[in-house]
Amino acid sequence: MTVRVLVAKVGLDGHDRGIKVVARLLRDAGMEVVYTGLFQTPETVAIAAIQEDVDVVGLSMLSGAHLTLAPLVVEALRARGSDIPVVVGGIVPNNDLDDLRAAGVAAVFGPGASADEMVASINQVVSQARA
Amino acid sequence: MTPSAYDQWLALYEASAKRDATFATMSGVALNPVYGPESGEFPGLFPYTRGVHASMYRSRLWTMRMFAGFGTAIDTNLRFKEIIAAGGQGLSTAFDMPTLLGLDSDDPMALGEVGRCGVAIDSLSDMRDLFADIDLATITTSMTINSPAAVMLALFVAQAEEKGVAREQLGGTLQNDILKEYQAQKEFVFPPRQSMRLVRDTIAFTAKEMPKWNSISVSGYHIREAGSTAAEELAFTLANGFAYVELAQQAGLGVDEVAPRLSFFFNAHIDFFEEIAKYRAARRLWATWMKDHYQAANELSWKLRFHTQTAGVSLTAQQPEVNVARTAIEALAGVLGGTQSLHTNSMDEALALPSEKAARIALRTQQVIAYETNVVNVADPLGGSWFVEELTDEMARQAEAIFAEIMAMGEGSMLEGCIKGIEENWFQGRIAESAYNLERSFNAGTRIVVGVNDFTEGNDDADLEILRITNADERKQVGRLIDVRASRDESKVLLALEELNRDALDPEVNLMPALINASRAYVTVGEMMGAMEKVFGRHVEVPTL
Repeated sequence: MTVRVLVAKVGLDGHDRGIKVVARLLRDAGMEVVYTGLFQTPETVAIAAIQEDVDVVGLSMLSGAHLTLAPLVVEALRARGSDIPVVVGGIVPNNDLDDLRAAGVAAVFGPGASADEMVASINQVVSQARA
Repeated sequence: MTPSAYDQWLALYEASAKRDATFATMSGVALNPVYGPESGEFPGLFPYTRGVHASMYRSRLWTMRMFAGFGTAIDTNLRFKEIIAAGGQGLSTAFDMPTLLGLDSDDPMALGEVGRCGVAIDSLSDMRDLFADIDLATITTSMTINSPAAVMLALFVAQAEEKGVAREQLGGTLQNDILKEYQAQKEFVFPPRQSMRLVRDTIAFTAKEMPKWNSISVSGYHIREAGSTAAEELAFTLANGFAYVELAQQAGLGVDEVAPRLSFFFNAHIDFFEEIAKYRAARRLWATWMKDHYQAANELSWKLRFHTQTAGVSLTAQQPEVNVARTAIEALAGVLGGTQSLHTNSMDEALALPSEKAARIALRTQQVIAYETNVVNVADPLGGSWFVEELTDEMARQAEAIFAEIMAMGEGSMLEGCIKGIEENWFQGRIAESAYNLERSFNAGTRIVVGVNDFTEGNDDADLEILRITNADERKQVGRLIDVRASRDESKVLLALEELNRDALDPEVNLMPALINASRAYVTVGEMMGAMEKVFGRHVEVPTL
């Protein structure tokens, strides 16, 4: 079954190089990718993810606000009864990995993560969620 | 008889002041200020391929301008003073995301972002603290802000006025390059044409009142960081520069009133010779277009002066100490390319904002180039290299082909072509395509990045100490904003907002006086932007992949 991914930019961070490149690399790997554009809120992401019936949400965060905003996206999904997993990519220091995992983020891709690593990890997250 | 190019250069060289330094190699070999045949091109002479000054760094080194900003204005003011104490000569202000988007620190969208990527500025009170105890008549200030650039300039003018520094004494640069926001950096607020009206107003205001101020820093940096090739960075940036010249002409200014006030800002990426060729081609193209196409008569209009920043995207989170080497090589390209000012990135910037130590090492890297290597003795040392000359020509050819495409989109107008290219996602699409192609070459391993797709031993070493910014800064800044709102005279605020609204409705009126009045009345950045948004509307980018 094809994996459906919503990739999203939450908050004010306009750096969209990474999200656009990753979206195309995921498509190359056979996934279906939805992108909702810049300046989204945790709520708009959750609503779009549920409406689009995606298997996973991928957040791209380069401004340093990941510890504030990523948990809010997880909460917004769970508050709507959704258990869609959330993964984060971008500038995330190693020190923050535990906090993000504790907040329910399923996987984190730091700078330099390869396309193969991301695809494998997203497939694993999705198959765990489907199981 | 016109004097030969060599004689013209020599006259300019001899007339310029020199630094107190010995212009010789370490072993004592005396060096000429420039090398090449007498019939060739010379620095300081049209078309300036070899540099905008005849004596280049023999007269004055580049400005070591380090970009800084985080937390509250008080925190950043301390960092500014450290930079000045460490030998930095120019300040460069980084603003946080809410400020870049014209939002107050207590706006719900600002959550988690206040003071994080730069300093939070909400009102005149913050601007005053930001420049406390800094002599604005001697230190030049660059402000990296675009959508709310007119607002930030108004706040800056208002705080300088309080200190008794006259507008005409203020030296510095406002980034104010809104076109590249839609193309690449994506920190936009108003729709493109409305934003361009604000740019026009700042150009006209500074042309009249602030003779030492650069009204726009036309920036390729972000275009490159967003993924463009070197030639696209070059071409899009210069095309945007042409667009601003045409905008000023529409406002009734002559090309020679505006062009000398434009400065440029380029990336220094890791492909050493291509970058040097890019800077050389940029100077030649700008000079030629200003003279031939826009009929500029003033030499200052022909001279492309630029700031350089090393490439943030070239830095790796893996083995971050290696970034010092990357940054040094990139900075050297900027210097050999004849930059007027330089920011060197810190080794930890793929992880976080720079720590104080990392920022110091970055500045020291520039000082090694400036004071130890002797590369500053000779102008354009790579000029005449068959390779560099051919690569320069190639950069120029590729840029000319792109200019032709943009000109065609605008049916003869670069201004219209740039705006149409944005509205039709042409720039954005090209940049995304180039970014994707580059990433595929990394993933395929056809391009090596040390520590990322090869030479990974050492990747598990202990992490660097990085700067941590907590949400405590956010709470502190929101507290400061609440105090400002509580202590200001609301009747003055309302009057200032009415004036701003009235002026915004008339596209013929310059908005700067109303913005300065609003600044004096402690109207906040978010309030000023909100008042203009009611008239101008908001830009929404259609998401495309």
